[in-house]
Amino acid sequence: MPLNWNAFDEGSSLPELEKAPGVTQLVKYAAGGGDFNPLHHDFAFPQSKALGSIIIHGRFKYAALGELVSNWLDHGGRIRTLSCQYRGMDLPDQPMTLGGVVKRKWEENGEKLAEVDLFVKNADGKNTTPGSAVVVLNA
Amino acid sequence: MAEKIEITEAMQAVIGVQSEPWTHEVTTTSVRGFARGVGYTDPVYFDEAAAKAAGYRSLPCPPTYLGTPVFIPGLSNDTFSGPKNTGPGLNHGLKNVLDGGTETEYLADICAGDTLTVTSCCADLSIRESKTTGQMLIVTTESTYTNQGGTVVAKQRGQGLFY
Repeated sequence: MPLNWNAFDEGSSLPELEKAPGVTQLVKYAAGGGDFNPLHHDFAFPQSKALGSIIIHGRFKYAALGELVSNWLDHGGRIRTLSCQYRGMDLPDQPMTLGGVVKRKWEENGEKLAEVDLFVKNADGKNTTPGSAVVVLNA
Repeated sequence: MAEKIEITEAMQAVIGVQSEPWTHEVTTTSVRGFARGVGYTDPVYFDEAAAKAAGYRSLPCPPTYLGTPVFIPGLSNDTFSGPKNTGPGLNHGLKNVLDGGTETEYLADICAGDTLTVTSCCADLSIRESKTTGQMLIVTTESTYTNQGGTVVAKQRGQGLFY
């Protein structure tokens, strides 16, 4: 059901999203997004060898945060801004939990807005990819 | 790993110089491909009837997807799929790159059937110390996405970390 302005408050949590992308998922993402950097699929690539593994595309995590927000909105609004920083590397087949908390909810120029803080937590509970979004609700 | 990175005058001169425009296509197939790559299960990104029922013209762009750059062998970057010639090069000589962060501002909706014209420029250069990789050159790139009707639909800033 599309998200309604009255259905959340400052401090409300977004429904979490669990992912553990393996090599095949990363190959699908490479094809869909156009980033064929071997660091994300080729264990023999020198940078992968130096790091000890291939790593998840930062942009995969960014897109997954977009999915988290899209699932929350359920087309009851739109994203105005979406950002994240890639602070830590994530490895394939490792569980990651994506989530968010409503930081601010306000009305401005007749628009219903909310700002959410976003995270991608790895298996150790470390937030490797902090992010933020501002959304505009339809109703 | 670079011992010491220097931002030269020639590199500074690149800041703000806009690239030639490049075309990004948003098609039903490309939207599905991206949504599948991320792992979406929401039918709105796959099924046109579901998209229209949710109020969209056609399949909407999933967040962070801003179309697929048209690929032309020789003119496109074979690894990252964007245009090879994005303006004057920085010639920093650093071989490794990591992604630092991304920010997108949406100004209008983007759906399958749209054709976007994209220009990019280097917006900033800085140097950062990293425990794992030593000195890194931080290159901030800003891209502007304009649709077939001349409306600026999105702006994106990204940071490449070179070492």
